[in-house]
Order: sequence, then C-alpha cells, then structure tokens
Amino acid sequence: MTIKNGIRGFGLVSAAILAFAATPGLAGDLTIVGWGGATQDGQREAYFKPFAAKEGIKVLEDSWDGGYGVLQSKVNAGNPNWDVVQVESEELVLGCADGIYEKLDWAQIGPKEDFLEESVSDCGIGTLTSGTGLAYDSEKLPDGPKSWVDFWDLKKYPGKRALRKGPKYTLEFALMGDGVPADKVYEVLATPEGVDRAFKKLEELGPNLIWWEAGAQPIQYLASGEVAMSAAYNGRVSNVNAKEGKKFVFVWPGNVVATDSWVILKGSANKEAAQKAIAFMSQPENQAKMPKYVAYGITNKKAAAEVPPELEKNLPTNVDNLKGALPLGVDFWIDNNESLTQRFNAWLATR
Amino acid sequence: MMARLWNRRTRAFLLVMPMALFIAVFFVWPLVIMVKQSVSDTAVLQILPRTADEVAGWDRASPPSEAMQAALIADLRAATDEKAVGDMVRRLNSAQSGFRTLMSKTISAVAKPETGPLLAPVDKRWMQPPYWIAIADALEPRTDRYLLAAVDLERDATGDITQMPEGSSANRLIFGRTFWIAGLVTLFCVLIGYPYALLIAASTGTTRAILLAAVLLPLWTSLLVRTAAWFILLQEQGLINGFLLSTGVIASPLALIFNRTGVVIAMTHVLLPLMVLPIYSVLVTIPTNLMPAATSLGAHPLRAFVHVMLPLSLRGVVSGMLLVFMTAVGYYITPALVGGAGDQMISAIIAFYSTQTANWSMASALGMVLLAITLVLYVVYAQLSGRNSIGGRM
Amino acid sequence: MADFHIRLDGVTKTYGSLRVVDNLRLDIIRGEFLSLLGPSGSGKTTILMMLAGFQDASEGTIYVDGNMINDIPSHKRNMGVVFQSYALFPHMSVAQNVAFPLKMRGFGRSDIRERVERALDMVQLSTMKDRKPSQLSGGQQQRVALARALVFEPGVVLMDEPLGALDKQLREQMQLDIRELHARLGLTIVFVTHDQSEALTMSDRIAVFNKGRIEQIDTPRMIYDHPATRFVAEFIGETNLMEGEIAGREGDEAMVRLSDGCMMRVRARDGLERGAKVLVTIRPEKVELSDPPAAANSFPVTVSDTIYQGDHFRVQLQGAGQRFIARRDRRAAEWPQGARLHATFAADDCWVIAP
Ligand SMILES: Nc1ncnc2c1ncn2[C@@H]1O[C@H](COP(=O)(O)OP(=O)(O)OP(=O)(O)O)[C@@H](O)[C@H]1O
Ligand SMILES: [Mg+2]
Repeated sequence: MTIKNGIRGFGLVSAAILAFAATPGLAGDLTIVGWGGATQDGQREAYFKPFAAKEGIKVLEDSWDGGYGVLQSKVNAGNPNWDVVQVESEELVLGCADGIYEKLDWAQIGPKEDFLEESVSDCGIGTLTSGTGLAYDSEKLPDGPKSWVDFWDLKKYPGKRALRKGPKYTLEFALMGDGVPADKVYEVLATPEGVDRAFKKLEELGPNLIWWEAGAQPIQYLASGEVAMSAAYNGRVSNVNAKEGKKFVFVWPGNVVATDSWVILKGSANKEAAQKAIAFMSQPENQAKMPKYVAYGITNKKAAAEVPPELEKNLPTNVDNLKGALPLGVDFWIDNNESLTQRFNAWLATR
Repeated sequence: MMARLWNRRTRAFLLVMPMALFIAVFFVWPLVIMVKQSVSDTAVLQILPRTADEVAGWDRASPPSEAMQAALIADLRAATDEKAVGDMVRRLNSAQSGFRTLMSKTISAVAKPETGPLLAPVDKRWMQPPYWIAIADALEPRTDRYLLAAVDLERDATGDITQMPEGSSANRLIFGRTFWIAGLVTLFCVLIGYPYALLIAASTGTTRAILLAAVLLPLWTSLLVRTAAWFILLQEQGLINGFLLSTGVIASPLALIFNRTGVVIAMTHVLLPLMVLPIYSVLVTIPTNLMPAATSLGAHPLRAFVHVMLPLSLRGVVSGMLLVFMTAVGYYITPALVGGAGDQMISAIIAFYSTQTANWSMASALGMVLLAITLVLYVVYAQLSGRNSIGGRM
Repeated sequence: MADFHIRLDGVTKTYGSLRVVDNLRLDIIRGEFLSLLGPSGSGKTTILMMLAGFQDASEGTIYVDGNMINDIPSHKRNMGVVFQSYALFPHMSVAQNVAFPLKMRGFGRSDIRERVERALDMVQLSTMKDRKPSQLSGGQQQRVALARALVFEPGVVLMDEPLGALDKQLREQMQLDIRELHARLGLTIVFVTHDQSEALTMSDRIAVFNKGRIEQIDTPRMIYDHPATRFVAEFIGETNLMEGEIAGREGDEAMVRLSDGCMMRVRARDGLERGAKVLVTIRPEKVELSDPPAAANSFPVTVSDTIYQGDHFRVQLQGAGQRFIARRDRRAAEWPQGARLHATFAADDCWVIAP
C-alpha cells in the first residue's frame, strides 16, 4: 500500500463515517414517528397510507418511547432523520420553549375553534387523548374497585398492584388514593408536605406494589393474574377486551387525561410535506377513523361527532367518562419532573 | 535501508489508522465531551451577563434589588437564541423546581414593552430568594456540582461539601448495587459457565455444535422474546414454580421475577456466552494429553484439574469475568423488565438524565463516576489476577 | 516360569463394531525392554492407554505382579508414561514439571529438591531447571518428559513413540540414553514405535502388531532372520519372496519347486510336508552375485538397475520369472544394465514361511 492509497483510504473511511453519522431521511421520504403498538397500526391505516396515496409521497415510519433528550439531541445534531413526531404534552411545551420544533401553519390545518382547547398550540396539534387509570379483570374480581381509595384497600382486594415506574401519574394516584379529590391533586402535590404524603401512601402498599414501564406490561400482568389491579392506558384495556375477549374494566373516575400532539422537528428536510401530513391527519373525516382501531379520544370536535356511539362510549373524551377525570398537570410536571424523579429513584432505591 | 524501514513504518501506521481513527472518533472524542459536560456550567452565564454583575453584590437573603430585576429583564430581552435560553431554563429548573413555568411566564411578559422594571407584578415568586440563589449559584463557568451530585453530595450555603438531605438522591446506593449485581452475575456466570465450557470442549461434532448453539441462543434472540420467555418461566404461575409445586418441592410459589433473583437469573442468562466463549476458546487450545499425563504421574483427577486444567484455563476465566462484569455494569433494560423496584441500576439513572430531561451534565457526571470506579476496580483486579493472565502470554 | 511383570489376558478393545485390539494375550517379563511395533492404526497406542488406565478394556484382564488392575484408576497404577508429544505442563518450569509426581505423592520439600536434581542430572538438564518447556528444544523437552516419568521410580515405564518428533541424530542419541537408563535402573519398559530399526536396536523383545493382533513376538534377531509370517517378513526390513511348493526332503534340507519350475534348496523346517505351498524369503544382503554359476541354488538373472546408496549398491534383478533385490558392497564392481549374472541363495539363508 502506498501513501497515496492510504490517504485515499482515509478519505473514504471518514466520508463513510460522516455519511453514517448523519443519514437524513432522503428528502422526499417523510418519516413519521409514533409510539408503536395498536395505536400506530391504526394510524398507519387511518393516516399514513391514505396520505401517501393522496400526495404521492413515500411515508417511512419509526416508533419511540418518549424522552425529551432524544428529540433535543436529534435537533441539536442538525438534519434530524425524523420529520413528524407524536409527543406528550410536556415534550410539546418544553420543545416549543426551546425552539426545537417548527411553528405550525394553522392556515393549512383549519380553524383553531374546531379543536379541543388543550390540543391547540404554536408548535403542535393534539392528535389523541388518552386516559391512564385503574384497570382490573372483572372475571377475577367480579365486585371490583371503584376508585383509587379501593386500590389501596388491601383487605378488601388482596393481591399485588402495578403502577407505572416514575413519579408522573403515580403520585397523583397516591394522593387520590389518600382521599384527595381530583381537582385538588396538583394543589396538594405542589407543596413539600403533599409530596411526602404521596410517597408515604405508596409506602403503604409495601411488597404488594410492582412497577411497569411499557404499556403492554400491565395488560400482561392482569391477564396472567400476577396482579389484582394496575394502572393502565385505557386504549390498551379496550383493545385487549375487543381482540382477546377479556372482561377488563377501566375505572374512569380518577383517570389522568393527557393529550399527545404532532410536531415537526426543527430543521426537517421535509417541512412542506410534514405540514401537509399534519393537516391531513387533523381532518375530521380522517380522525374519525381512529377510534375503530384504538379507544383514544380525538381532538377535532367535528370528527368526534362522527364516531359511532358504541365506540365513543369508550373514549376518554366521552362526557360521562370525563366526570371525575383529572387533566394531566403539564405545568406541574415540566417544573418538577426532574426533582421528583430523582426523589422517586432515591425512594425506590432505599425501599 | 532507510527507505525500507520508513516503508515498514508507514505500512504499520496505515494499518493501525482505521482503528486509531475509530477509537478517536467514537471513544476519545465522546469521552472528552463527557468530561467537559460534567464540569462546565455556562448555560446561565451566557444568557444573563448583566444579572451576573448585579447578583455578585447581593447578600443571598434579602429580597432582590431593583437593579437585579432590571438586569434580568434586560438580559432576557437581549436573548435571541431560543435553544440557549432553553438550556438556561433547564439548568435553573434542575437546581430549583418551578423555574420552567416561572421563566416561560417571564419571557412572554418581557416581550411586552410595558413590563418592568420590577418583576413582582409578573410573578411573585421573583421576590423569593431561592430563585435568585439558584441563579447566583449557576454563574461560575466551571462547577463540581454535577460530580458531587453524582455521589449524593452538594455544597451548602458556606461552600462546604455536605451530604444531600436524606431521601433526595440515592446515587451512591445505586452505584453500590450496580457493582454488587454485576459481581453476583459474574460469579454465577463463572460457576455455570466454567463447567459448561469444559463440557463443550470435551464434546465433539454435533454435540459440540448443539451445546455451543444453546449458549449462544440468548445473543440471537431479541430482548422482547427473551423477556417474554423469562416471564413465562419465572412468574408465580410460571413453568418453574408450576413444576416445583407439582412435584411438592415447595408449598407456595417462589418469587423469581420482579426482584433481585429475577435480575440475576436473567442477566446471567444473557451474559453467559461472554463467559463461556473465552473459557472455551482457551480450553480447546490445551493439549488433551495433559490431564492423562497428570493422572499417570499420580494426581487424583481432582488434583490434576486444580494443578493443570485450572491454571491453564485461568486466562479465559479472567477475560470472561472482565467481559461479563463490564457488560453487566452497563445493563439497565433487563433489570427494568424483570427486576423489582429496588433493582434499578445506575445506567437507568444515566438514561433518565440524558433521554428524558436532557440534563447532559448530570448524565456525564454519573458516567464519569462510573468510569472512574470501573477503572479502579479493573486495576485492582489486574493486580490480583496477575498481569500475565490479563492479555499477557501464558 | 519366567517372572512376568505384566500379563494381558484376552484383552480386547472395541469401538462400535471395530475391534481395535483383538483378544490380546501378552506377557511382559520383569525388567525387559519390549517394543510394540506395527503400522499406523494397528492398536499400539490403545494397548498402552489400557495399560496406563486411560482407557478401559472392553474385554479381558490385565495383571500387574499377578494382581488384576482393570479397576485401579490411572493415578494409582504407578506407571511412568512418556507421551509422543511430551505432555509437559506449559505453566510449570522444568523443575516443577519433574517435581509434580513427587508432590502428588506427598514427598517432603527437601526430598523433592534432591530427587529432582538427581533426575535432571541423569538427563543432563540441571542447568535448565528454571526454564519453561516452551524455552526448550524438542530433545530437551523429551528428556524432561523422561525425567518426569522416571523420578518417582515407577516399576513400569510406558513410552508412546517418544522419539517420533526428533531428528535422526538426536533420536539415535536418545535411543542409547534410554537403553542405558533401562539397563541401569532395571526398569520394565513398554515402548511403542512404528520405526522398525528403532525397535531392532533397542528391544529385548519385539511384538509385531497387525490389525490389533500380534503377528509375532520374539527377539529382534529372530524377528529379522526368521519372520513367522509374510506380514512380518515384509514389514521388517527388505526381503525377497518366492512362491513355491515343497518337492521333497533330504536330511535337514528341503527342496522347493518355484513357480517357474526351478528347484531350490532350503533349510528344512518341521511340518513341511511334500506338496505344501510355501514362501521362501531371503534378505537382499544374503543374495550372492557372480559371473559364473556357483554350485547349487544358482539362478541366471539379468541386472535391470543398479542404484548407488552411499555405503552400498542396491541391485535390481530379473530372473526365475520374478524380480529380486540384492545388496552389494560399495567396493564391488558395478555391472551395467542388462548384464547376465548368476544369483546364489545359500540354503541356510533361505527361510520358509506359510504363504
Ligand atoms: N476414540 C476412538 N473412536 C474410534 N476409533 C478409535 C478411537 N481411538 C482410536 N481409534 C481407532 O483405533 C485404531 C487403533 O488406534 P491406535 O491409536 O491404537 O493406533 P496406533 O497403532 O497407535 O497408530 P499410530 O502408529 O498411528 O499411532 C485406529 O484405527 C483408530 O482409528
Ligand atoms: Mg499411536
């Protein structure tokens, strides 16, 4: 090998590394990122395929499990390989403040009044509303729990319980389990005594408390009888009932309602197409198709009217279901997520 | 002669180039960035230079002076880079919860020209010293607060290093647990892997292929499949408990999953190949006639093993243990899936700071501490197991 | 009755349907140097492994000093074994290797040092006792293996082609060394080789193996001069073989009619009846060549080639309907190709075996 060859080789290697390090989605191929599972399967049928067919744009898919740092590092590295991403409400607020999302062109989407108030923002548009609440298998517990207070009643309902690992939802549930009414939860949680109270409540369950991280886990635990009751996403519960003939019950009072939104990552090479895709996915006739696949609420009020009643009654946005529900405290969590997670981890570690 | 020497040098140089380049780009560079991240603290200073000047003369107890408030408003009005502002907010919020909402409120307020010069009308939290202390503490370009926080320490009001309050952070405990679990897993891998490697080395043909495949299987299956398998095996109504109950060995089901036992079983399962393969590869190089030779010289098979097989295969055991231990230290998904609440490992905490809250400084500091402890353990281990057995010749 | 040290009685080793050692009966005399000689795969190593206890006999019994040892594990048999590839422990020094059997037997520290020193002196390696085996030459490693097998003074030493990997000169030196040790220590040695000249120079007796059976067991001289079978005759050294049948007897000589009708006079042997088919063997160095015909047992032959071999010529001949080989002194005259000569076989040098 001569020096010249070596240098050429070096050039090739570095070029390869650079190319590898920064593979943007090819301009023209739109990458949409959801949360996987049944929801994304539904989104594919209701949104991605028809949109690709209509516009003649190739849609690539990816899925993720959230995490603001993931988006931030993608945008900071430049040339993000994701274009449209489904984000949770805190990620929407944080990213909008940090400027890691493109501003939406609402003119293309439609009048803001058509959408639920909490789904309208500069950087994103709500696409689905999910409930996280108490679930159990009515075949194993015919006279099941009615509230988070019952969740803590080990005498009446012996057996293990599962909660999502992390402070979000868990602390809210703990306070409600301790008798705090839904509309007072964040008020209490904002005080140090309130936080102590929530952790003490968790302590009460002792070894009967186990944790889940992926949305599929609580359904598995309930199905296998590993736990008597669990926090779960309402869509997963409806899904397992519909597909596997289970008789799981989702307790609507005391569920925490949160909205996921579509955003466009700053620096997206396919900004135009992304904007079009988001507009398409927000049209009433398209949104109305979603509840058929998964029981999450939709954000376009016109679409909601078109959903058949037997599906609509399972949505978190149903009027009856909203009674006693707790909208997620987005502001509370963007302020306190880090410190409370640190405390939560410390608490877990020393149990 | 000189030309030939030079040629040989260039050739050697060119041959190691790709490797050196790879290490530089994917190891040294990130490491340097990590070190910098863990001690640098410029996010706030960058955005709030005027405030910094004013805060310097403040007594940290009384309400903020008018000049401080005016300087903050001026700084926020001058800031243009949204991302840099975001970094500043994140930094302040991680020191004092509540800064996020406070700042977003304040930033939209200062966009209006009528705001100022006082901040109390915007939000009365601005009258509370803790928020200003958070700013004052974030103005040194270099900081040790992340490194300290990584081991549950902080500086108190007088600047002395003290323990963090009880219950607010448990990194030390989690570090200890991480190394303890990694050690346990390494131990079990040796106990299971060594005899297994002996078995493979002693077998031939198809048997050997099957035995090898059996140990490699976990490497070939996806995490989800593996997790599902563990779940089926280990849960209370699972296969193992079912078997033990039906044979009457136990009266009530054992807790095999969602606790330390589950973590150790699952990690041992996944990491076993990393133990078996190095031992196996050393064992097959040991001449088959050494054991017969030892017994013919009067050694009971057990003593022959201890005096001949064991020392000769130690090289494989040593590297297997290193591989398993180092890999185990970095695990977090498996413990999260099959472990209980008390089985979180330090990588999970690092992942939380980097992917969830984008607190890169804290993530880097934890990474630095992990690296440092691992290096110390490696040196101790290298001393104990003798330089020859690690990497040296036999 | 001779003093049998080891007796193998009906020993058989099978791998599946393959009989690697077949119903072997063999008595090894105390203090003798017995070579097991045979082609590759004839079962020599297998026999040694069974003696050492590394493998179990499928059938049959092995006795040492009259006691059955089939069930005694290898480490209690007290036999020194020298492996073809030495089997030195690579992580131990020369001295540690040699000390190993003593340590296993619980000898005292100073005792061990003394004995190791003596053993290394014996093989002239005292100066290398701190080296690792990888720092020794092949011959030196071989001598360490020897010292290690002898240091604990076993009654029997088993050697499996111990000199196979050495060059000719070193091999010959080691052959002498081993013989000398054998004589000095009064050991019983079972020595496996497939080198016939090694077996001939070293052994008190040789057992020639073929396909797991003994073809012949006897002194080197008898094996060479009076092979019992065609296999032995052909395997040991070079020989001329002529087919024929017994035509008659005259005192202690017999007449053999060769296949082309020529008559040949050979030494008589018991059991050779008139009409019996036989093979006549004569070693090349016993074939006399001359211009004029000598007395009896002379046949006309033609030289087809003469090959110079350093210390002798190898002469290839054609006559009596077959090929012969003769050896001629290097100083003898050379005959050109095609020269017509007479080959003479002295009746005493001809040996008759069953075909
Ligand atoms: N483990 C085994 N399984 C099957 N056959 C075997 C086994 N070990 C040896 N054999 C067969 O037994 C026969 C005798 O083997 P052995 O090693 O005793 O021969 P040998 O006389 O020592 O030959 P060499 O001179 O080549 O060393 C060979 O045909 C060999 O293939
Ligand atoms: Mg052999």
